[in-house]
Amino acid sequence: MSALIINFTLNGEPANARVLAPLSLLDVLRDQLELPGSKNACEQGECGSCSVMLDDELVCSCLVMAGDIEGSRVTTVEGMANGRVLNAVQQAMHEAGAVQCGFCTPGIVVAATDLFEANPKPTTDEIKEALAGNICRCTGYGAIIRAFEDLAGTT
Amino acid sequence: MNVHHPTTFDEALAAKAAGAVPLAGGTDLMVEVNFGHARPTEVVSLRRIDEVKEFEGRRIGSGVSWRRIENHGPRALAQAARTVGSPQIRNAGTIGGNLATASPAGDGHPFLAAVDAQIELASVDGRRTIPWDEFFVGVKKTSMADDELISAVVLPDSLPERHEFGKIGVRNAMVISTVCAVVTRDDQRTTVALGSVAPTPMRARRAEEMISAVSNPSDKDLAEFQRLVSDEVRPITDHRSTEEYRRHAAGVLSRRLLERCLR
Amino acid sequence: MTTRSAKRVSPVRDGVGSSPLRPDGVPKLRGEFEYAQDLTAENMLWGATSRSPHPHARILSVDIGPALAIGGVHAVLLADDVPGRALFGLEHPDQPVLASTKVNYWGEPIAIVAAEDEDTARRAADAVVVEYEVLEPDIDPEEADAQDDVFRRMKIRRGDPDAAGSVVVEGVYEVGMQDQAPLGTEAGLAVPDGHGGVDLHATSQFVHVDQEQVVASLGLRSDQVRAHPTGVGGAFGAREDVNLHIHLCLLALHTGQPVKMVYDRSESFTGHVHRHPARMWYRHEADDRGRLVKVEARVLLDGGAYASTTAAVLANACYFVVGPYNCDNVFVDGAGVRTNNPPCGAMRGFGAVQVCIAYEAQMDKLAEALDIDPLEIRRRNALHRGDPMPTTGQIIDTPLPVIDVIDSLAAMPIPDSAATLPGGSGLTTEKEHVRRGVGYALGLKNLGFSEGFDDYAQARVRITDDGAVVETAAIEVGQGLVTVMAQIARSALGISAAEVRHVDTSKIDSAGSTSASRQTQVSGGAVLEASQNLRDRILVHHGGDDLSDDGVLSEGEVIVPMAVLAAEGWSETVTFRHPPTFAPDPDGQGTLHADFAVAGHRAVVDVDTELGLLTVVRVDTAQDVGKALNPESIRGQIEGGILQGVGLAVMEEIITEDGVIRNPNFTDYLLPTILDAPDVEALLIEEDGSWGPFGAKGVGEPPTISSTSAVLAAVRQATGREIPRAPVRPEDIAL
Repeated sequence: MSALIINFTLNGEPANARVLAPLSLLDVLRDQLELPGSKNACEQGECGSCSVMLDDELVCSCLVMAGDIEGSRVTTVEGMANGRVLNAVQQAMHEAGAVQCGFCTPGIVVAATDLFEANPKPTTDEIKEALAGNICRCTGYGAIIRAFEDLAGTT
Repeated sequence: MNVHHPTTFDEALAAKAAGAVPLAGGTDLMVEVNFGHARPTEVVSLRRIDEVKEFEGRRIGSGVSWRRIENHGPRALAQAARTVGSPQIRNAGTIGGNLATASPAGDGHPFLAAVDAQIELASVDGRRTIPWDEFFVGVKKTSMADDELISAVVLPDSLPERHEFGKIGVRNAMVISTVCAVVTRDDQRTTVALGSVAPTPMRARRAEEMISAVSNPSDKDLAEFQRLVSDEVRPITDHRSTEEYRRHAAGVLSRRLLERCLR
Repeated sequence: MTTRSAKRVSPVRDGVGSSPLRPDGVPKLRGEFEYAQDLTAENMLWGATSRSPHPHARILSVDIGPALAIGGVHAVLLADDVPGRALFGLEHPDQPVLASTKVNYWGEPIAIVAAEDEDTARRAADAVVVEYEVLEPDIDPEEADAQDDVFRRMKIRRGDPDAAGSVVVEGVYEVGMQDQAPLGTEAGLAVPDGHGGVDLHATSQFVHVDQEQVVASLGLRSDQVRAHPTGVGGAFGAREDVNLHIHLCLLALHTGQPVKMVYDRSESFTGHVHRHPARMWYRHEADDRGRLVKVEARVLLDGGAYASTTAAVLANACYFVVGPYNCDNVFVDGAGVRTNNPPCGAMRGFGAVQVCIAYEAQMDKLAEALDIDPLEIRRRNALHRGDPMPTTGQIIDTPLPVIDVIDSLAAMPIPDSAATLPGGSGLTTEKEHVRRGVGYALGLKNLGFSEGFDDYAQARVRITDDGAVVETAAIEVGQGLVTVMAQIARSALGISAAEVRHVDTSKIDSAGSTSASRQTQVSGGAVLEASQNLRDRILVHHGGDDLSDDGVLSEGEVIVPMAVLAAEGWSETVTFRHPPTFAPDPDGQGTLHADFAVAGHRAVVDVDTELGLLTVVRVDTAQDVGKALNPESIRGQIEGGILQGVGLAVMEEIITEDGVIRNPNFTDYLLPTILDAPDVEALLIEEDGSWGPFGAKGVGEPPTISSTSAVLAAVRQATGREIPRAPVRPEDIAL
């Protein structure tokens, strides 16, 4: 089978990947590019654990064909913090106790960062609407909502 | 493995004619791939083609995302768009992809059926436009030829004055419909289209005929409308719901949507 | 000896009673935390599993040739390649490591493969050719019961069978099969050590029991297999049983290379056990004031194809068949049956969930029959400390604030919550279609392992240059054990620099399972005792009167700096056991449980009765926690546990048809989203006297026991229907 070399921008840096099969972007991030932060929990876009930004849009990386990101910009959870400093969304989640097992956490960080970039003072309903595609099995969402309500009040 | 990234629709059509598998938002195809049910070797990505992303007037390019329809579509179609998957899915998924998959549960379909939308198909040999009910031919089956792609959805020049969408699922977000419906009302003329209650989206024509004859429906008329819709749908029992419930819910939902149109 | 203060709580930063930030929070938020899914090794191969497409079939032949012929495939192993014990199982080894003659459930493993990449491994697994003689699956639990095809029968006989009340209510209740659905699927990496042994890093709740099962099936010496705690994406009972563990070690030793395996979501649905579906018949008799006179019940759990923990789940269901209520005459017959349905086992609540759905519906029926307020009838029957358990006769000798829970619920205001309308963004429902219902339920659960199980945990506390280090093999599954164990060490030692480090099975004895709400109490108990002993030894040795971050103090002055203590290599290892429990007598009587916890829930639901759709508006709770070691973590357990209970009440169910799972994916196995989550107000009830550290009780399961029942009670109130089933489906309300 012929391989496809794809070139794209990953967390602000040029990157490339060699794709043999119709793999997802998620597989390529995790297995080839050593960025395992994006999680695979359902492989069908029903949990949001693999959320990334693709050309400024929030998407599930499990539903992006890796061969289709030629020339695109991809930002993953690993690109969310400012160096070693957590971004505001991460910090708010940390302080509110919004992390338990943490498997949904990367996706929620990416989705909420997208929300707060577009809308720094979302209402509770807007927070819920924006995170409706991110399943958390541990927290019951209470601490996640509190984290972002607090953040919306302070930013 | 090869992925074409055309920027013009003609290039995409050429690739399709050569047998490439079209990839729009990926929200259906990649599920098939991830589950090992599909293993395409030639893929044509439609993501970079501006032409199919045009959304002007009554013409919605096949590559228009549900997110854009949610924000800019006509009322009932925007309502439907808002129930498509999650924010992530609505950013990626397109109206053309929804049509091409032709799931009986496709959220966008009832609106197209209710307003008698046309589907514009294209191939290297040219374009044709067919009515929605010639497009859908069965569960996940369409009348598209092997070399065709959907270029656009064409809505009628004037939409009914009132149109309302509703979708039943057992979760408040991110759910496949148990029943979904659109009811339109313009003066007296009423249409009702439903999804998840037959192999393809369908119209409840007898119910339409009955209620279109009534200028100011009474509770009794509404009840009769509900009964006719329940009677006309052809649902099945599966792991998502039962035939009996779908029949009941189709009638109730249609009546409620009609009530909204009458307000 | 210095005077020892058993309940010493040092005023130390981030000690017990506070809610320090999680030590694993930052790496999890940055995507840097290492889960089993993320492990890699040099020369690593990928494993995959070939599974039966039939729930019941004879295996006539297996051809691995086509799989081996695929380029990049290193091994394809069958049952004959298992060198040791062919069977595994948590309580009774009855499940083949790989099926060879017969398959008994859909998805049962037959062959395992190792290949150079995941894609190739999966294709090779698909390429294994198995010829079957398909058999009719046995899927009816009633029939299995009639044919005596059972894993265990339970009989409880307490009191006078002829006792009679003036009011009698009966009911038949049904609970569907719930999945734990942890977001992280089963995953692991096995690394051969080059000397015939292997290191296993895999998702788990109990690494020592994984290790024992690997040792048995690989026919190795115990010291040749080391199971390492690793990052786990949730558990909820799904990781007590072995699934890919033995397979991974077999492949690694066979190929001589590290092998990794990750189940995909649909495979995960066949790769772990589920919550038992239940059918229950109940008859309550009460006097005219609503006090229980007699409870009779029949409990039938479908254990599926293999034993797993069915025997213990059934026992639990039967012991908690009455709930937190006094009754002198209790008669229960229980059966956990074998079928060709998916194997069932542990899930949060462990048998106590299913019966709670029935007994709380019964209590509401009684209240209605007697026209007594639902909380009042519960108050009149409430168990107290010192009372005998209604089922086993065991005298409850730890705090059990049932009355406080009831009174707290009664006192909590019901905010006028504006809620998402039923149907959510589907726009099905308007205000005038909605009826609001309020329902109450209480649940009772044992803490720790019961029935004479030698339930213990070992922990080690050392003084290092980094401060106090707690070493343990107790698995962190997200609940916050790593936070609370460090808090216990801080408060007991008086040293604020404390952290938890996981060590493998060769370096420490078992911590027992991360289940049964037990780790804070049992591993926490070991940490407390080790810390106290260590502190005492250090103070005696150095003649000090206190410890601090600076070192040993005497009358407020540092007499030995911390660096000196670290250099002295202080270490204390303690194995903690909770009070002993005993096996039941033939009538199910005896001192069977180590501790109990009670919680109560009040649910508010909005129901669109015509369409059968609903929104759970809020679920408020009061919970018996003994001592709240970390209030924020407890809140997290409560909110998360409630949502799993809500899920079971209104949407979560594995649908099987002739033994085949029809919805093994997140499109059709629905988990509550953020838009389905109720508001939660939680009141923690503290009462000293439990044997847990500082009086703490386990808190993980009680939120999940009665939240389901409370939601169903609220739906019942809104609709006037019996609602005898969880989950309640739209058609159960609308048709």
